[in-house]
Amino acid sequence: MANNEWPLWEVFIRSKQGLSHKHVGSLRAADAEMAVENARDVYTRRSEGISIWVVESNNVHASHPTEADSLFEPAHSKVYRHPTFYDVPDGIEHM
Amino acid sequence: MAELNIQELERRFQEKIDNDIRIEPNDWMPERYRQTLIRQISQHAHSEIVGMLPEGNWITRAPNLRRKAVLLAKVQDEAGHGLYLYSATETLGADREETIDDLHSGKAKYSSIFNYPTLSWADMGAVGWLVDGAAIMNQVPLCRCSYGPYARAMVRVCKEESFHQRQGFEIMMKLAAGSEEQKAMAQDALNRFWWPALMMFGPPDADSKHTAQSMAWKIKRNTNDELRQQMVDITVPQAEMIGLTIPDPDLKWNEEKGGYDFGEIDWDEFWNVVKGNGPCNKERVEARRKAKENGEWVREAANAYAAKQKMKKAS
Repeated sequence: MANNEWPLWEVFIRSKQGLSHKHVGSLRAADAEMAVENARDVYTRRSEGISIWVVESNNVHASHPTEADSLFEPAHSKVYRHPTFYDVPDGIEHM
Repeated sequence: MAELNIQELERRFQEKIDNDIRIEPNDWMPERYRQTLIRQISQHAHSEIVGMLPEGNWITRAPNLRRKAVLLAKVQDEAGHGLYLYSATETLGADREETIDDLHSGKAKYSSIFNYPTLSWADMGAVGWLVDGAAIMNQVPLCRCSYGPYARAMVRVCKEESFHQRQGFEIMMKLAAGSEEQKAMAQDALNRFWWPALMMFGPPDADSKHTAQSMAWKIKRNTNDELRQQMVDITVPQAEMIGLTIPDPDLKWNEEKGGYDFGEIDWDEFWNVVKGNGPCNKERVEARRKAKENGEWVREAANAYAAKQKMKKAS
């Protein structure tokens, strides 16, 4: 029976105009059209969305948690990218 | 990255848990943590799905259109909750259909409460009020569970379930304020569901083999007995308010502990139902098994259609 299993889809919902789509979970469906319809029933029963994206889960490529340290390390040492790095003397405004 | 030995990995894992850092699907986790979660989340999912049956029983016989629409919405929510939870088990590497087959073979359990029959319309009230009430009490702390996908599913579930409890309480309130027969019906439903609802929190702490480890892993945040006490303390005044009597002669306010003392739970009954000998165990599992078997051709047809569409697009 397992070979009849429908593929897994990741579901992203835009909750209102002006906001980006956000991952809400996943579901099983035979094709994209069914995935959108199922996502409507599973994830927007209380008007949580105005737009749905579905992506077949095996098309999602992720960074690996064990490599997170080296992957994100370059940003850690660059505190000068934040405005709080700089001293602004008292009396200077609008900066 | 240098290879870490298992003790070091476990130490770092526990450190994360202790610091309330959530565990996400691809993070390293002890095999027993993974297996505990797969067992717990899939059984939780099964409970949602099997839980549709006792209430589905009354959809066609709801007393009016409003009640029918509400009950339909509630049962549909339970299906949704089952689906959130099955996808959470899949993030742990479990196969969805295998976990469902485990339910059908009897290997996996589900909440014993659903092995009791729903004999009258008042049972829809008792189920919503007490069974969903107990479920919410169990699930609220799970919103802070250490495993991210489970915690996130619980946030959605809890938001949706508060209407479930209210609609049940509303049914009880209306019946309790109705004719003598209606009030008797409500009292009868409370009598039958009170003790099984208290059993929903699981065996007493002293006999609960999973509690200690689950608390250390922050899968569980409260013990069974703590939650059961909370349930009693919250529910007793609600019953009093609508003029129903909790079927427990030993129930008594205990000023010192600031909670109610209540009677001994019949744990033999509990274990008997868990082992499959409750009034509806066979019927429930059989209904689920049939649903899967009878839906087989639909799943096949949908796959065939999807394959055909794909081919058409490619050519």
